[in-house]
Amino acid sequence: MSAMELCDLSAYELAALIRKREISAVEALESTLERIELVDGRPGSLDAGEITAEDHAKVHAFITRTEETARAQAQAVDKSISEGVIPGPLAGVPYTVKDIFNVRGTRSTAGSRILSNYTAPYTATAVERMEKAGAVMLGKVNLDEFTHGSSSESSAYQPAPRNPWDTSKVPGGSSGGSTAAVAAGMGALSLGTDTGGSIRQPAAFCGVVGLKPTYGRVSRYGLIAFGSSLDCPGPVARNVRDAAMMLSVIAGPDRRDSTAVTIPVPDYTAEIEAGVKGMRIGLSPDFFKIQYFNHESGQMEEEPISDEIKQAVEQAADRLSEMGARVVENVPMPRTKYGIPTYFVISRVEVASNLHRFDGVKYGYRTPVPAEDLDELYRRTRAEGFGAQPKLRILMGMYVSAAQYSEQYYQRALRVRSLIRGDFERIYDPQGEYRLDALLTPATPTPAFGYGDVYGDTVLMQYADQFTVTGNHAGVPGLSLMGGLSKERLPLGIQLLGRDYDEATLLRIGRAFEVATEDAAWRKVRPQVLEGLS
Amino acid sequence: MSEEITRDLFNKLVDLAALELEEEEAEYIRRQLNDQLTAIAELAAVPLDEETAAAAHGVPYTADTRAPFREDNADPFERPEEILKGAPEVIDRYIIAPETPHEDLK
Repeated sequence: MSAMELCDLSAYELAALIRKREISAVEALESTLERIELVDGRPGSLDAGEITAEDHAKVHAFITRTEETARAQAQAVDKSISEGVIPGPLAGVPYTVKDIFNVRGTRSTAGSRILSNYTAPYTATAVERMEKAGAVMLGKVNLDEFTHGSSSESSAYQPAPRNPWDTSKVPGGSSGGSTAAVAAGMGALSLGTDTGGSIRQPAAFCGVVGLKPTYGRVSRYGLIAFGSSLDCPGPVARNVRDAAMMLSVIAGPDRRDSTAVTIPVPDYTAEIEAGVKGMRIGLSPDFFKIQYFNHESGQMEEEPISDEIKQAVEQAADRLSEMGARVVENVPMPRTKYGIPTYFVISRVEVASNLHRFDGVKYGYRTPVPAEDLDELYRRTRAEGFGAQPKLRILMGMYVSAAQYSEQYYQRALRVRSLIRGDFERIYDPQGEYRLDALLTPATPTPAFGYGDVYGDTVLMQYADQFTVTGNHAGVPGLSLMGGLSKERLPLGIQLLGRDYDEATLLRIGRAFEVATEDAAWRKVRPQVLEGLS
Repeated sequence: MSEEITRDLFNKLVDLAALELEEEEAEYIRRQLNDQLTAIAELAAVPLDEETAAAAHGVPYTADTRAPFREDNADPFERPEEILKGAPEVIDRYIIAPETPHEDLK
């Protein structure tokens, strides 16, 4: 096996080879670092200057690379194994961290100028658990500023990430650096976050597996907050088994996050090969149409989703049916269309609250212009430190939660959220009409769109999340995985939505789908940036 | 374009949010806010009965899932110097900020 290929192995394979000492953790790391050198190009920076033609052909997943720490971690893993001690289930597996997590001693930017000089003094729980499991961190990967976007273009650190399948397309967002890195062999795993679809949507665009766990399944301690009632840290991986392994590591109660639930965490890999026989999997017509804001008419309009994505979902349903699942059609999810309007309100109120802490006093960026008083310091620092997306979201959050508008907007949105939750409770009710184990849907309305095609239109951009966002409102888990390739050779994403804390069933169904399609022609196609490399 | 957020209202919000905006940026953000309100307006048509409660979280928290409160003990951070290192201006372990706007009482 050449060193070039090690970085393309799954986390499961790498961990097994390293445990058996057939390869070393250092070899796995060096192979991955070599891949980064070949495909990633320059990391995102605040003063990027002109974006060149060469930049357009690279992935740009990283903001900060931590090669030296990674080498020390990999050497420690090898030493430990040579002494007969396995450090953990992910020993020696290279991974990346979305730059929205605090990792002690690393610059933790949230993709924003306002945290450009911030070095975290502590480590997020999910990262700490990856470290304890022996995983080797390659660095911090790029994202939309404060996770505010669906394309990763809004990062203050340019060049922003590009899609490894076609670098003229976006990788999705906000965990676009995570999904692009995993798709291009720059780490077998990545730690992302999902507030409205920020793991599942970019996973669909980049042809990888993305799992949003149930809200509260994974601690948010050390995560730079966006929407505190919606944020879910979760795995990005190249296959379902790897996502299951990673979730087993990062999930579980945490005394430092009171919203992390106390429910025991199963070994998510234990039942993964058990198949789907007897399971009830739903299809809903409410996930086969899209709403969008038409600038010409000034109205919201509705149309069917792309035929290719619809076919991918239908073919997935056929495969699962052939494997013994019962496919239940015409499952009503009538509140799906309220997902984005509700999100426009709830997430903005939460983010306005969360971003007030960035003021140029305690940490992070401070305006270099001398300020007469504290108010001026706040205004200048925030004006210079935040990009347009956080500013927009803060202003919307303040407007819709203001005393005179709150009843009309915020309180109403919280009540609509109850209705959205009700849609899910109805279809999973074991005594109800549908009694589903999971709902199968498209992950996104379209495949990856072109760089610059949507950026700037914040309404249209938000609607890229319309099939994922209801999962965040309801808190339920969601698994996004590749279901085929478009004629343009872009990944088509499918999604499984499940019951509270029942990630295991989603992973089982996802694995069954992988088995059913392992010989499909589209499984053999590699991302464009990897062609000709080995 | 919807004009729910007028220039005057917008300027008040900018002030409350402790922001300052260039004219071009302000116009872009105000236009986007009004476009987003067009989408949000969909919520006004959602039928809600009195029993529909507000949901702070999607997944309900129960006695079986909720973490118990921690003991109310002080848990000092072990490396305060690492926190102080991140502050823009520090003198003798005090974080320095400009004067708070105030009026002298007579």
